[in-house]
Amino acid sequence: MTGAVAVADAPLSAASRLMRLRRIDLIGALVTLATLLGAVVWAFPLYWGLVTTFKPETEIVQPGVQLWPRDFTFENYANVLTQTKIGLWYLNSLITSGAVTIIVVAMAASAGYAISQLQFPGRRFFWAMILASFMVPIPALIVNHFVLMSQFGWVNTLQGVVAPQLIAPVTVIIYKQFFDQMPKDFREAAKMDGANEFQLLFRIYLPMNWGVTTALAIITFIAAWNLFLWPFLAVSSEEKLNVAVGITQVHDAFGVQYGRDLAVAMLAALPVAVVYLLFQRRVTQAIMLSAGIKG
Amino acid sequence: MLKSKRAEYFAAAVLMAPFVVIYAVLFVYPTIKMVELSFTNAPLIGPGRWVGIDNYWRLATERLFPTALWNTIYFVILSALPSTLLALFVALGVNRLKGWTQSVVLAAFFLPYILPVSVVFRIWDWMFDHDFGIAQYLIAPLNGGQRLSVFRTVPLFMPMVALVTIWWLMGFNVLLFIAGLRNISTEIYEAARLDGATRWAQFKRITWPLIWPVTVLVLTIQLILQFKIFDQVYLFTQGGYRVDTTMVMVQYIYRQAFQLNKGGLAASASVVLFVLIAVMSVLQYQLLRVRAQR
Repeated sequence: MTGAVAVADAPLSAASRLMRLRRIDLIGALVTLATLLGAVVWAFPLYWGLVTTFKPETEIVQPGVQLWPRDFTFENYANVLTQTKIGLWYLNSLITSGAVTIIVVAMAASAGYAISQLQFPGRRFFWAMILASFMVPIPALIVNHFVLMSQFGWVNTLQGVVAPQLIAPVTVIIYKQFFDQMPKDFREAAKMDGANEFQLLFRIYLPMNWGVTTALAIITFIAAWNLFLWPFLAVSSEEKLNVAVGITQVHDAFGVQYGRDLAVAMLAALPVAVVYLLFQRRVTQAIMLSAGIKG
Repeated sequence: MLKSKRAEYFAAAVLMAPFVVIYAVLFVYPTIKMVELSFTNAPLIGPGRWVGIDNYWRLATERLFPTALWNTIYFVILSALPSTLLALFVALGVNRLKGWTQSVVLAAFFLPYILPVSVVFRIWDWMFDHDFGIAQYLIAPLNGGQRLSVFRTVPLFMPMVALVTIWWLMGFNVLLFIAGLRNISTEIYEAARLDGATRWAQFKRITWPLIWPVTVLVLTIQLILQFKIFDQVYLFTQGGYRVDTTMVMVQYIYRQAFQLNKGGLAASASVVLFVLIAVMSVLQYQLLRVRAQR
């Protein structure tokens, strides 16, 4: 190792080599410093929003930068919990996001399995359709989704919020890719033992890909929880709102109160933040997968 | 043999059925209906008369739709390219870190990505608040000592919404870049260092050529994503004042369909958006295929 360095650096004098090494370390240190500084800057707005919720309103509107509350208080959260319908919005979000997650994952796993493992007429056609629908912008369909939901009588209902979110071609694509990679031996051995396709899917293919299922379920849930445009259009009464849309209504209904507005926002973010912090690795994996990079 | 074939068809039918039904009802049918609706003068709910290409002609000739199209493109330019390049720099920095420092720093950059848009709006609305926002300490000196409502100042509106969007979504790009950087083997760098390559030469000759395909991927994902902008623009213009000057395409669709009850016109704008994004997606697909073949 030392020998190789000496040979490569032979034309350089010892002094200039030392200088170059030092300069490189300096640049490296600067890059690291800039990255750490960047992370602090990036985290600050979230911190600032969060810390404001623990200050009484009188302290919030005082000039100056108070990085930690002088009078630490939970009154903003108490106000939000008693004065707004956030409990109901939480429940709505939980029901709709849960339903979207369960239906999407179940549907995508079955379709992905059929397309990956079974031979049937129309298989290639369905696969081409799924790949093509990858490129369709869902926001372009809002008008006709609304028309359709009103034909079903589903406007301003939770099932009306759920339905248009069930189009998830990416999830099917990912399942197909994972099932494609399963060794054929499992399949043949199980078939010899008399297992049918449903047993194969539920006893072998799904259990052997729990990681993917978890990752996809988490990312589907987060996306459904955060969705704004469709629930905003589909729901007209306060009782049916989800959290992401509901928190924008607090402002309209009560006028400006910084602490309370931010507290309700933090409550809306809490579940997804907790899910992310608990399942960081899975969230990362799901994002790689949906972008087409193997995670 | 025949029996097992029939069993396979049966299994396939059962497994495909939920997907096919949902797909047909919620995707294929609305898409066809959208095109049909775009040639009528129908209200949002209810029947209409066939008017040919009148709606498309209106989109092209009236003032508002071209404004919305331009604002959308302007926003895409302001957000997609900066967030891609910034993410590359951040990823290069984060990739140098080790262990828990790396996890914490990465989480700081990524956490905003998983927040609902309305939470992002609340946080930044508070940061830039005219009377009590902390950012006014930076803005006032730049504005001759005066506080400034940045989101109510038309020339600043799109850049500011783009800034907030970059803060919100950049973490996604950083993740993809870090995955790309980890795929570059460290041996190449070691060999380069032995040959006395400078840091800049290493970046130019090794990192950049190998990370370039990821850059293209991230940039096209961002282009397509940002074209669908609605939430942030809507939230930051809440109250309805001077919405026209900062209107974007999805907002135009929303306005025509849900506020002015013009289903036909809204559908024609939807078709335009649909086609624009489909074209970009095909280009992305082609780019990725070219990359895969190499």
